[in-house]
Order: sequence, then C-alpha cells, then structure tokens
Amino acid sequence: MTRRAVITGIGVLAPSANGTKSFWDLLVSGQTATRRISFFDPTPFRSQVAAECDFDPLRAGLSHQQSRRMDRAAQFAVVSARESLADSGLDLERTDPTRRGVVIGSAVGCTMSLEREYVVVSDGGARWLVDESHAVPHLFDYLVPSAIAREVAWEVGAEGPVSLVSTGCTSGLDAVGRAAELVVEGSADVMVCGATDAPISPITVACFDAIKATTPRNDDPATASRPFDRTRNGFVLGEGSAVFVLEELEHARRRGAHLYAEVAGFASRANAHHMTGLRPDGVEMAEAIRVALARARSAPTEVDYVNAHGSGTKQNDRHETAAVKRSLGRHAYDTPVSSIKSMIGHSLGAIGSLEIAACALAMENGVVPPTANLREPDPECDLDYVPLRARERRVDTVLSVGSGFGGFQSAMVLRRPGRGAA
Amino acid sequence: MTTLELPVLRDILRECAGEDDAAGLQGDILDVPFSDLGYDSLALLETASVIQRRFGARLADDAVTRAETPRALLDLTNETLAGTS
Amino acid sequence: MTAALITGLGVVSPAGLDRETHWAETLAGRCVIGPITRFDASGYSSRLAGEVPAFEAREHLPGRLIPQTDRMTQLALLVADAALADREVDVAAMGEFGVGVVTASSAGGFEFGHRELEKLWSRGPEHVSAYQSFAWFYAVNTGQISIRHGTRGPSGVLVTEQAGGLDVLGQARRQVRDELPMMISGGVDGWLCPWGWVAHQASGHLSRRTDPRSAYLPFSVDAAGYVPGEGGALFVVESAESARSRGARPRYGVIAGYAATFDPPPGSGREPSLRRAIEAALDDARIAPTDVDVVFADAVGLPELDAAEARALAAVFGPYGVPVTAPKTMTGRLGAGGAALDVANALLSIRDGVLPPTVNVSEPAPVHELDLVRVTREARVRTALVLARGHGGFNSALVVTA
Repeated sequence: MTRRAVITGIGVLAPSANGTKSFWDLLVSGQTATRRISFFDPTPFRSQVAAECDFDPLRAGLSHQQSRRMDRAAQFAVVSARESLADSGLDLERTDPTRRGVVIGSAVGCTMSLEREYVVVSDGGARWLVDESHAVPHLFDYLVPSAIAREVAWEVGAEGPVSLVSTGCTSGLDAVGRAAELVVEGSADVMVCGATDAPISPITVACFDAIKATTPRNDDPATASRPFDRTRNGFVLGEGSAVFVLEELEHARRRGAHLYAEVAGFASRANAHHMTGLRPDGVEMAEAIRVALARARSAPTEVDYVNAHGSGTKQNDRHETAAVKRSLGRHAYDTPVSSIKSMIGHSLGAIGSLEIAACALAMENGVVPPTANLREPDPECDLDYVPLRARERRVDTVLSVGSGFGGFQSAMVLRRPGRGAA
Repeated sequence: MTTLELPVLRDILRECAGEDDAAGLQGDILDVPFSDLGYDSLALLETASVIQRRFGARLADDAVTRAETPRALLDLTNETLAGTS
Repeated sequence: MTAALITGLGVVSPAGLDRETHWAETLAGRCVIGPITRFDASGYSSRLAGEVPAFEAREHLPGRLIPQTDRMTQLALLVADAALADREVDVAAMGEFGVGVVTASSAGGFEFGHRELEKLWSRGPEHVSAYQSFAWFYAVNTGQISIRHGTRGPSGVLVTEQAGGLDVLGQARRQVRDELPMMISGGVDGWLCPWGWVAHQASGHLSRRTDPRSAYLPFSVDAAGYVPGEGGALFVVESAESARSRGARPRYGVIAGYAATFDPPPGSGREPSLRRAIEAALDDARIAPTDVDVVFADAVGLPELDAAEARALAAVFGPYGVPVTAPKTMTGRLGAGGAALDVANALLSIRDGVLPPTVNVSEPAPVHELDLVRVTREARVRTALVLARGHGGFNSALVVTA
C-alpha cells in the first residue's frame, strides 16, 4: 500500500506571533508585523524596515546553555519543534528513534552569530587576520549550519536521517518536500521538518540593499510590504520558523493523531537563467506546479487556494502570476491567491514552511488569509489576491509556491487528509 | 570638476563585473547596449555602486536601470556630478 | 526500479586540478598536505591544509563569472565542466527538464563572505557587493552550475558537513529513480580564509602539528586531529535507460546502496548510529558484508571517533574483515567535498583494480583491528563502501558497485 505523509503537529514562531495560535490570529486579522529595524541602528542602510520576532530564548523555554550555544535561527527551530511535538501528541518514549528523522531548511543558517563573532575577532573589521584568541567554542557550529538540524534532532531524539536543506528562499518548501519523500519511500515514519531563518543582521540587510531587492519605504514601515500592489518596491526582510511533525498516515491513524493536511505532491525546477533574476514567463514554476499536482493526482481545477510566493518585488509578482495562469489555466482566475509576506515579511528560507503552516491552518479553519496592504492592484497582476481581508472558504486542496535566488522554483500540494486518489 | 570618462568606466566595469570574452570592452562601445556587452542588471548595480563611492555621485536607482549604454551611464553620472540632474 | 549509474566524473583536489592527475598522485601515495599559503597562518594554532594547486580561473571560466564567485564556486564550475565533458553529455538533448543538480555545501562561499564582512564593518554598507547576496550562500554552487549548463530539472542543496557528499548522491539516485534521466551531483567545498580557518579551529578537531607527515594520522596510536582541505568531486548520475539510449559508454559504477542515520544525543548512553547506517546501506544494496571489497573510511583522526568507526566496522565485517583505506590522509578532509572525493576514489579503484593507500600512519592502533591499506594494493574491486560522518552526529554510508 502506498505510504502517505501527513502533518500531525505544527509549531510556529513568526513576527508578532509566538506560537501557532497567535500566528493564525495575526494572519486572519490582516494586521502587519513590519516595523523599523530595532536590532541595530539601521540609519546607514537603504532599507530600514523588517518584520522582527519578539523572542526571548529563556522565556521561550530554552536553557541558558542552549541560549548561549545556539544561533537565533537554531533557537527558533528548537522552540517550534517543541510546540509541534506537543501539538502532535507524539510520545517520543513509545516510538522508535531510529524511525524518526529531521529535515530543517535554512537559507542563511547562522549568519547572525557569524557576523556578531566576526566583529569580535576582527576588531570591528580592522583585521583581515582575525584573532583566534577571541573565538567562541561554538563558532564551527555557526560556520556549518547543519548544527541547526542537529539541535532539532537532539531535541526530538531523532536517530534516522537528519539533514539541513539550503536552497535559498525555497528551503522551507524543499525541506518539507524532502521529508515527505523520506516518509513515503519508507526511510522514516516520523519526520520533524520545517525551516528557520534569522537574517536581520547588518550583512544581510546590506547585501539586499546592494541589489535593491528590499523596500526603501522607511517612512511607513507598517505598510512597507505590498505584494501585487502597483506601488510595491521590494520585499521586507523577516525572520521566524515553522516546524511540523510529518508522519506516515497509518502511523498517525494508529495513535489517533489529529491530521491537519497531507503533503500530497511536491516538485522543484530550476530556471537556469540568473542567480537573482526571473524570466517573466514563469515556465519553470509552472512546470513545478504541474508536476506537484500530477504527483498529488489532483487536477488544476481542484485547487481551492494558492499561497503565493508574493515577495513584493515587481519581477516576482509578475513571474508568479504568469506561472499560476500557465499551470491552472482559466481556473487561476477563480482561485484566491494570497501572500502572507504582506504581514510577516520575507524570512528567506523559513518563509516556505511558515506558508505551509498558513495553508494547513487555512484548511483547518476554512479561512483564506488575505494579502495586506493591497490597495492599488498592479494592472499586470490580474488574479484574485484576497486584498486586505481574510475570506471564509472551504479549502480541501492548496497549492503553495516559492521562488529563490539561484533559480529555484518549488511547488507543493497539500490536501485534506482522506481526500483524493490513494 | 571631476568627470567620469570612458576609459575609467571601462576599468570599473572590468573590475566589478568582469569582461565578457566574446564581446569585450575594446573599441567604440559608447552606444553598445550593456546587454550586448554581457552586463546584466546586477553587474550594472555593482558598477553604479562603485561609481557612487569613487565619485561621490548619488545616482537614483531607477535612473541607473534606465541607463542602457555606457554613454547613458556616463551622461547620468556627469550630470549628477554637475548638479544638473 | 531503474539503476542509478555514475557515467561522468570530475575531480579537483589538493593532489590535482583534474581526475587523472589526482588519481595518479593518490596511487603514488603522495601526501599533498602542506603549510597554508593562501594567507599568513603563522599566528594560528593550526597551520597545515590541503590546498588545491594554483589555478587561473580566467583560463577556465568566462570573465563575467569571476568577480561574482568565490574560489570554491570557481572550482565547482571547473569540476562540473569536467564531469559533463567526461562522457560528452549534451544537456539540451536530455529533455527540457531532464537534468537536475544537487550539491552539498558546508560553509558556502566563505572567503567571499569574509571580504564583504570586512568591507561592511570597516567601510560601511554601501561598500558591500551586489554579488554578496548569492556568492556566500550555501546554494551558490547548485545555482551557478545550473545556469552555466542550462539544467532546469529539480535542484537541491544539502548541508550535513562531511556526510553531505554522500547524502546528495542518495538524493540524486532518488531523482533518477523518479524518472529523471540525469542529475549532476556531489560536492566541492573549501573555506580557506582567516575567518573560515579560525571558525573551523574552534571545533577543537584540527591537528596542531606542523609536520605534514605526522599531522593527520587516523586510526593511529598517536592520532591528534585532522587537517582540512579544499576541493571535491562532481558526478553525472544517470538512469540506466538514459545511459542506454545515449549509446553504450563505459560507466564508472552504480549507486547500489545508501543510508543515513544520526547519533543519539551526547550522554544518552545509546550506541552511535554509524553501524546502523552501514548495515542499512548494505541491505539497501542487497549485499552481504562479505561482498564488500574495500571501505573508504571517514577517518576523522580523533581517538574517540576513530574508535567508534573501528567498532562499527568490526561489528559488521569482523576484526580485520575488510580492507579499509583513507586516502584523505594525503589531501586532508575537504568538508562535503571530501566524501564526494572518496566516492570518486572508490569508482577509480573499481576501474583500475587497485586500492589507494592510507599514508603516514606507521603505527595503526592494534585495538582497532583494521586491515588498513597502507601501501597501494592491487585488488579486484567490484563493490566499495564509502563512509562519512558530519560534525555533530551525521552518519552516511554509500555503496558503489562495478
């Protein structure tokens, strides 16, 4: 019998939302969590806006040792993994650790800690030959970010396959897609999977400044993220994590677990075009969507909601609109398409998993989250982007898409468990 | 007053965006589109950033994007430096 | 299920800029570890590395690519070119989305990142390069290879430190079984800049010895850490159907088995998971331990980790039960590139019927009970097992067969 992978637990840390419930409340409210950067003085930077998490590792339940050892991105992931496990009701003592694995996605890994420690050992950038005597013991864990996956594996006692996926801004979709493949092929029964990023650090802000990818709308941070709006001018950097318990369907049923959604289909393609640029026709993303739907044995007309990449750059919004039309045909015009980046910014690799969480919760609650700040639609983006207000709608099949530097294009189909062809 | 001339722009292009082996930067390239010279938007952003730092010219983002040839970029820079843009 | 064949192979290592130079040096048992030349390491606790020989990127790559790429990516592009040219792959003929890329990375283009950090902190944000947004990140090699060769199939990047070089081949096999004709896969790694070096030293695992002949001595009575290096290998992984339809070209081998496990948390009292990875990979390949002709060991060079690996090998193969070798004693450990390089070594062993040596280890610790290959040995090799462990508890095992 074909094995199937279902989400049975969700844990989220997002800007203005510590936990899954407050995350969903934020999305449904249509409120935005973007603000002037508070982590450092952003005055010298072109873009001074971000969506920051109000996160205290100790209050979130981590030990002093964990707080010192782990980069912020790892802290997010571990806290989200805990919430997700608790939500799933999975009893670690009564399940086999060798059948449990971890896949965590992250675009920039432990950049925040690397930069902080760089400033120390280089004396504020003054020495090329950095000083080893000031190096902290965990530097190697920051250098090689698989340490994030290790922390989660220790947290959930995983002794099966463990890995970190780093495909830029599609990491969050790709990590869950990979985890689902491992469950379906039988390499594991339970995968704790998701993604995390904490990129709001001077070097990351500066590198997006340099290519003018982030918004310079510094005078109005609360409405700075405007996907699909005529006035949009770049994305807003965000941070956060979402981690899931992904489980083989029969394994989950046997223990009477709550089933949020099945990861029914996943595919990725590359545009082979440009490290940061997109071709306007969206062919590769459309192909990823087509294959993901085919793997889910879903027809394009079955898609009830599209969770967009919707970063708020002109090239993305048009590229993606073209891809959705190319793959869903006429049905694209009848399908709500929304971007939660309008509210919580773009947390690079993490966002794909945060969007999967939003999709699962949309299915659970029968509500589609809105695209905030969408007041003047771009005439070239002519789909139904659910402007400003959440909408009640029964959702059985969801498509979530992502696009990232390096040319990565990914698509995932989530479906209400028990629906669709076996 | 300092102005930016083609030979210096050539050097800056080479330094920060490399040189396309097929097209090259020799000869009369003033009106050859950057795309034909093998430079994409990213290469131009990098070039503009170096010009801004070296010459203290504050070039507007969209003006840089619109400068499609070396002549247009030179004009934009020199007009900005002269305070006429 | 279709077989995943390896039909192309490119190598860059401290022993050479191409496959055959690397292999000849390796069989000659030449240790190419030496004092670091790329920066002044005289003030650092560890000073030896395996550096790829000097190469002029401009001679191999378009000028436009040079300013936007870290050295590690330039090496990866060189190797990808070689792997595809090896069996004359025409990507365009493989179907619109017929070829994908999955590579392993450890630290991204770290030297590039170091330079940009320095510009930011010493001169200000406006000095940061437009290329920083992708030249440092972990996905850079996959992205640049895909663009250079026009591959539009599924792309991926895994980070599991050393183990990544095997994990991506497991992923490539999965894609090929999933009806994709071809994947480019493997790893090229390296972070030889002062900042990368100091960060690596912090692991406490680097040898502090200064004599290249005694610095990295895995399974030895006086093992004292390892020497890092740069380089790696990339492979063309192809379905049997695709290889057949392109015309019969000799293959290097078949990815016959793969498994990955993770160690229990420190202090749990549970057994490390490497043995389970080995057994699962053999099961996956449907072979018995006696079918294995050689093991390319992870060989960290730290007494405790060496002992754990030796125990796992003894448990599966019995004491002195299989020839074990670690040619990385000549090049150093190349991060994710090192495991990929070991797969290349294994395939070339199969091709040439010869086992490359573990050099410098004059006194293997008897307690390990290993048949350590210390001089180049002729042998009929049909099946090789490659092991890699990533820092923190990652274990991967890959079986390649003729």
